[in-house]
Amino acid sequence: MRGFFYVLSAVAVMGLAFWAYRETYRTRAAEREVAALQREIAQKREALAILRAEWAYLNRPERLRALADINFDRLHLLPLGAEHFGRIEELAYPAVPIAGVSAPVPVAGRLGDPAGSAGEARP
Amino acid sequence: MIRTPLRPLARILAARASGENPDQIERENIRRRHQRMNEQFRRRSEGRLLVLMLFFVAAFATVGIRMGALALSEPREPRASASGAAIMAQRADITDRKGRILATNIGTYSLYAQPPLMVDKPAAAKKLAEIFPELDEADLLRKFTGKRKFLWIRKKLSPEQMQAVHDIGDPGLQFGPREMRLYPNGRLAAHVLGGASFGREGVNSAEVIGVAGVEKTFDAALRDPANGGRPLALSLDLTVQAATRQVLEGGMKLMNARGAAAVLMDVHTGEVIALVSLPDFDPNDRPRPLTRGNDPAQSPLFNRALQGVYELGSTFKPFAAAQALELGLANPSTMIETKGPLRWGKYKIRDFHDYGDRLSLTDVIVKSSNVGIAHVAQAIGAKRQREFLQSLGLLDPVPLEMVEAKGSRPLLPPRWSEISTMTIAYGHGISVSPVHLAAAYATLANGGRRVVPTLLRRDRPQEGARVVSEETSRRIRHMLRQVVLRGTASLGEVAGYEVGGKTGTADKPKPTGGYYKDKVIATFASIFPASDPRYVLIVSLDEPVETSGPRPRRTAGWTAVPVAAEIIRRVAPLLGLRPRIEPLRPTGVTLTSN
Repeated sequence: MRGFFYVLSAVAVMGLAFWAYRETYRTRAAEREVAALQREIAQKREALAILRAEWAYLNRPERLRALADINFDRLHLLPLGAEHFGRIEELAYPAVPIAGVSAPVPVAGRLGDPAGSAGEARP
Repeated sequence: MIRTPLRPLARILAARASGENPDQIERENIRRRHQRMNEQFRRRSEGRLLVLMLFFVAAFATVGIRMGALALSEPREPRASASGAAIMAQRADITDRKGRILATNIGTYSLYAQPPLMVDKPAAAKKLAEIFPELDEADLLRKFTGKRKFLWIRKKLSPEQMQAVHDIGDPGLQFGPREMRLYPNGRLAAHVLGGASFGREGVNSAEVIGVAGVEKTFDAALRDPANGGRPLALSLDLTVQAATRQVLEGGMKLMNARGAAAVLMDVHTGEVIALVSLPDFDPNDRPRPLTRGNDPAQSPLFNRALQGVYELGSTFKPFAAAQALELGLANPSTMIETKGPLRWGKYKIRDFHDYGDRLSLTDVIVKSSNVGIAHVAQAIGAKRQREFLQSLGLLDPVPLEMVEAKGSRPLLPPRWSEISTMTIAYGHGISVSPVHLAAAYATLANGGRRVVPTLLRRDRPQEGARVVSEETSRRIRHMLRQVVLRGTASLGEVAGYEVGGKTGTADKPKPTGGYYKDKVIATFASIFPASDPRYVLIVSLDEPVETSGPRPRRTAGWTAVPVAAEIIRRVAPLLGLRPRIEPLRPTGVTLTSN
């Protein structure tokens, strides 16, 4: 009986040692991955900062103005002026489509209407 | 376990036969057994002690080795921590009010040399001088062959230059990473941003420190890692600033002016939307301050809008008028004596034209009568005038968030005498900066509450202390509008935006005393839309001459006003202001006299 416990504990120790060994290696692998990812994040951030700076540089008003001048023939871009503001009253209402001559017009009427028999036409 | 009997029969019998005491055999056997047991106990105890000792030795050895390892190893950051988004070592960006970048960083490299490691010093010096034209070959060679073990060659390299230096292939030429401040918009807002340079430098990194403008004022906040790289949002608007600068530059050339300044400010929040001073500079390559010549205004680094304290002339007249209204000394139609010249001791105050004997207060402003406003100032008195100008913030440096702001201390008369009171009413004898004027006009225009100019984005009105009443503010706005409609600033009319304002043409003082006859500072202080002002715009031109007519014209009405009108025409739509249709006078009613 005692010998069995010895063997059992020895096996348990070996098993735990193996488990700890594997965990250690997995942890190290995870740490390496985290480090690599963080390096990548830092690189991407740096790249993003460069791209932002480049975006700002390419969109500087001076350059855009020059581009607008060069491409005036195609784009007809002008500085924004007071006359470019529209007012709501200036908008025309959409035209009501005119029904064709042969289009049926539903006509509803009431029998016994004292006002007459013309009824009420609804377009 | 086989136990040896204490009284073995064979020996007992033998002992009995020989007449010995058999008990002795038993005692002897007990003694031996005890001895054996003792020895066994001792061995076991010794074994335990040994194990215990080994255990302690192992434990202490582990602790000792671990301590040694910790002491010997390089410190390393814990890698399992969260991503470093919360802490940024970089200098924070500066953006405009809509988040567009005004200043940011890019990574670059610096070049240094370690002469002991260099292989071919003359060739390296020759090729470096080819790559960088500003370096001198002989000078480089002398430094390489001297006693120095280390020297900086360039603080910033472009990628092409770096590749070219790589191609030299000398192991003594080395690169250190650098963070460089970049101003992508170049000259735009140069004076506001200021500039940055390197502080303490090491091989692997260098501090970037602000040297002027907001970069210097907010240096600590921009560098604070705890801010996590949160950008600093200024109140400037990039597009408005660009349009203002473009128009002002064109106007400055057209009017043959030496310099120009423009300040556009929100009358309610005090935010400076655009601040331009010309000539300007590129903050990416900040010029050195002038060493010779005693006039700092010659340098492009000089911020005319903030540091340029000038006598701004008739733009001061509305202050006296507002105070007279506020004190109840006059109303807009009170008749003021304008018969000139007004003599006061040895001084004579005269007008540009003769405006007759009397004008209403409104017309004193509209026609810009020095004599009339001097009479008003006389009625107000020196003490009250001083207090009023103080409450408008015209007697202290502007608290703008730039290091240059302390250079905006107004120049005041040493003795605030009665003649000073009279001249100050029309803007002579007191020198303030355009930013001062903008803040004071904003205060008069926004309903009478004190406004302090700021360069940081705000989202609500300042609600400052009340300086003048709503009613006074309304009347002053009406007067300013009349100046544009029928007065000295008639070229300032912009359809749809109800510009109101006041011109000011002041002779430039000679450094030797007295005034130049043909050099002026022309200023136009404007508010728009006059019926419910949103913005105040100050345009100031230094020594403008308008030469389209038969005689050169220098008054602000011919120089600063058209430039300001063009700025408003361009900028107001960008600010999202819709043109308004002004309420017309009732038809059929014609004023036949004033």
